[in-house]
Amino acid sequence: MDAIAARKLHEVPGRAGISLASESPSVREKVMADQTHLVKFEHVQKSYDGVSLVVKDLNLDIAKGEFLTMLGPSGSGKTTTLMMLAGFEPATHGEIWLAGKPINNVPPHKRGIGMVFQNYALFPHMTVAENLAFPLTVRNLGKADIEAKVRRALDMVQLQGFDGRRPGQLSGGQQQRVAVARALVFEPELVLMDEPLGALDKQLREQMQFEIKHLHERLGVTVVYVTHDQTEALTMSDRVAVFDKGIIQQLSTAQELYEKPVTAFVAQFIGENNRFHGVIASSKGGQCEVALQGGEKIKAVNVLGGAVGSKTCLSIRPERVDINPAASAENVLPAVVKELVFLGDHMRVRLSVAGNSEFVVKVHKQPQGGLAQGQKIKIGWHAEDCRALDDN
Amino acid sequence: MNMSSDTIMRAADGTPLKAKLAQSLRREQLRAMALIAPLLIFILASFLLPILMMLKNAVYDPDLQDTLPRTSALLATWDGKALPEEPVFEAFAAELKAAQKERNAALIGKRLNYELPAMKSKVTVTARKLEAVQQGPWKEALTTIDPVWGDIETWATVKHASSTFTPFYLLSALDLRQTAEGAITAAPAERQIYRQIIMRTFLISTLVTVLTLLLGFPVAYFISMLPPHQANLLLVFILLPFWTSLLVRTTAWSILFQDGGVITQFLHVSGITWLLNALGLLHGEPALFKTRLATVIAMTHIQLPFTLLPIYSVMKTISPNYMRAARSLGATPVYAFIKVYLPQTLPGIAAGCLLTFILSLGYYITPALVGGPTDSMIAGFIDTSMNNEGNWGKASALGAILFTATLVLYYVYNRLVGIDKLKLG
Ligand SMILES: Nc1ncnc2c1ncn2[C@@H]1O[C@H](COP(=O)(O)OP(=O)(O)OP(=O)(O)O)[C@@H](O)[C@H]1O
Ligand SMILES: [Mg+2]
Repeated sequence: MDAIAARKLHEVPGRAGISLASESPSVREKVMADQTHLVKFEHVQKSYDGVSLVVKDLNLDIAKGEFLTMLGPSGSGKTTTLMMLAGFEPATHGEIWLAGKPINNVPPHKRGIGMVFQNYALFPHMTVAENLAFPLTVRNLGKADIEAKVRRALDMVQLQGFDGRRPGQLSGGQQQRVAVARALVFEPELVLMDEPLGALDKQLREQMQFEIKHLHERLGVTVVYVTHDQTEALTMSDRVAVFDKGIIQQLSTAQELYEKPVTAFVAQFIGENNRFHGVIASSKGGQCEVALQGGEKIKAVNVLGGAVGSKTCLSIRPERVDINPAASAENVLPAVVKELVFLGDHMRVRLSVAGNSEFVVKVHKQPQGGLAQGQKIKIGWHAEDCRALDDN
Repeated sequence: MNMSSDTIMRAADGTPLKAKLAQSLRREQLRAMALIAPLLIFILASFLLPILMMLKNAVYDPDLQDTLPRTSALLATWDGKALPEEPVFEAFAAELKAAQKERNAALIGKRLNYELPAMKSKVTVTARKLEAVQQGPWKEALTTIDPVWGDIETWATVKHASSTFTPFYLLSALDLRQTAEGAITAAPAERQIYRQIIMRTFLISTLVTVLTLLLGFPVAYFISMLPPHQANLLLVFILLPFWTSLLVRTTAWSILFQDGGVITQFLHVSGITWLLNALGLLHGEPALFKTRLATVIAMTHIQLPFTLLPIYSVMKTISPNYMRAARSLGATPVYAFIKVYLPQTLPGIAAGCLLTFILSLGYYITPALVGGPTDSMIAGFIDTSMNNEGNWGKASALGAILFTATLVLYYVYNRLVGIDKLKLG
């Protein structure tokens, strides 16, 4: 990408802070820490039919310059949330704020929010240049100004020389770049992207993820990104909001999301995890002991502060489990090897543990003497790696 | 150097691969041909052949050539400056006598009558009187029967009417004619009617097309925005008129338009008649029946679905995201509609309007039943030429002009929009 062109595109007075933020990550983090919220959802609810709520009590702050991803299964209300922010759907209840102003009654064309649609929505009867010039023409910019900005936008997405083509004459990846350029060309503070890479193949998708991420870093623009794909969410975002059934289940950085899920849904949805159902037998100082159905006792972090006697679901990541554990492991259980799958750099071992025959362990270093199907072994893990979550 | 023959790809049995491929494809092609053959033959026989015959009839004119072969052969060398010589009169008299015997003389009269007024009766009378004359000089005999045979113009007409192929019908359908010298000039003012009819036909068709577009576009837009089940219900209502025959609908209109009929009464009772009278726009009761207004209203009603449906089918495929994208880029709803939505509906608009315009050009029954008596369209004239005058040449020429207009429209459409973008549903 052409760094200079990209920066020029966003050289606007009053946005110095954001341009600065693009210089180094540490400054950007500081800006985010300043809590200068660009977008704020306050108790927002949405119903299409007056019977069920598609979005239930949404509270969300998005910092300036942040890359926030909404991740969740199909029908969880991600697009609906985005549409409310863009102004295409009214919120049934609650207030949305943009740059400190309530925008519930501001029509979409006055919100100044750039948007990239899943199927790009490039105007088929216009050339690439005309598509890019559209938001500028609407804003009554001068002809020379428009031409210069369109050229810079094309440089930015590396599509020099494509200005005379129609969208139908471009490949999927090229269309996607034009869509991104069009959403950025009028220098919005906020850009929304609804599964912008959904229609691309895996390789192109990874390349575009990289390019979008770099554009974001260089321009310092705030991005709200919607995706199905957890890898995409984890690699690109500053923060991820995991949606399910119209509720944000967890809002945190990718790492925290993976390592410290706060609900069973998040633990299940992000990455792999092994689960046990049980009842809290005792609880002390953020830790608890959980009794499984077979009578085994497991020490875990009491994430939700569940009371003694309440049902819980335990979650352990496959790479946190050791075979032939060291003495320091708080939890040690007998297991039977059911299946071995060699994956090059590591081995997936499926075990039967405490009535759960889908228990998976990732082994990077084989124990002495190797492993064999049907072998009886001991496994163990630390209490802090095992999280007691809600049970449903 | 035997390279080239060696590099030809060959099938396992040694025949060149190309020949082998063609051979294997030919059987499939034959089978496909056999499947489409019935329809192909039907179309050839019922559509292509009649059109070709019509086009031929527009220029084919064998009547005089058949009845007056010797006269026309002699006239071919006549320079047209002075009256023809005696041999021409002799041949003409002989052939007219023969024609009279075979009861063909009227045919000659009818053909000459297209170009010279009153020739039909003059030829009939001449033929009858000529039976009594046994010998020449024929020039004198003919001119005494009718002085018209002493006119150079009469013979000039006979001369050019006796060639097998003639531009006469096509020219006269455009109010043109050919002089004895072969130059093309406008027909005399009192015989000029066709240009006016063609213009009128185009005017009414344009009017109907514009009205159906103005009425149909918003409805198509409205329906395309509805959820599917509601849209389907409304589409049924739009298609409802197709379930009734055109004739019934037109008759219904003629009843509604009657003087003292439903519409006039409604206008009277609702006070609109009074209001229009008070404003000086109308004197007395409105006369709707047998007016151009009635033709246009009835035709608009009948043509509405033809314009609406192609537009609707195109609108349905336009994702709402285009409008949303335009709005998010800063366009007002009106601007987004005009710059982003409307251009994408153009193929549908063009298809619907083209369809309605072409169909309107050929309207016959509706103008005949509800339209003004002096306001008939080109199809009505084709009917009169054929059924009342027996003038197949003129009917075919008018048909050919209609056909050409249609082809020109298609050509223009193809240049502007592209025929591959034609979307009829
Ligand atoms: N225009 C609409 N009218 C009625 N219901 C709607 C409408 N749009 C969405 N819904 C419903 O709202 C719910 C949430 O839809 P939404 O499009 O926000 O999901 P999503 O999270 O974007 O899903 P996906 O990942 O499949 O795009 C779904 O159950 C859907 O059926
Ligand atoms: Mg969606």
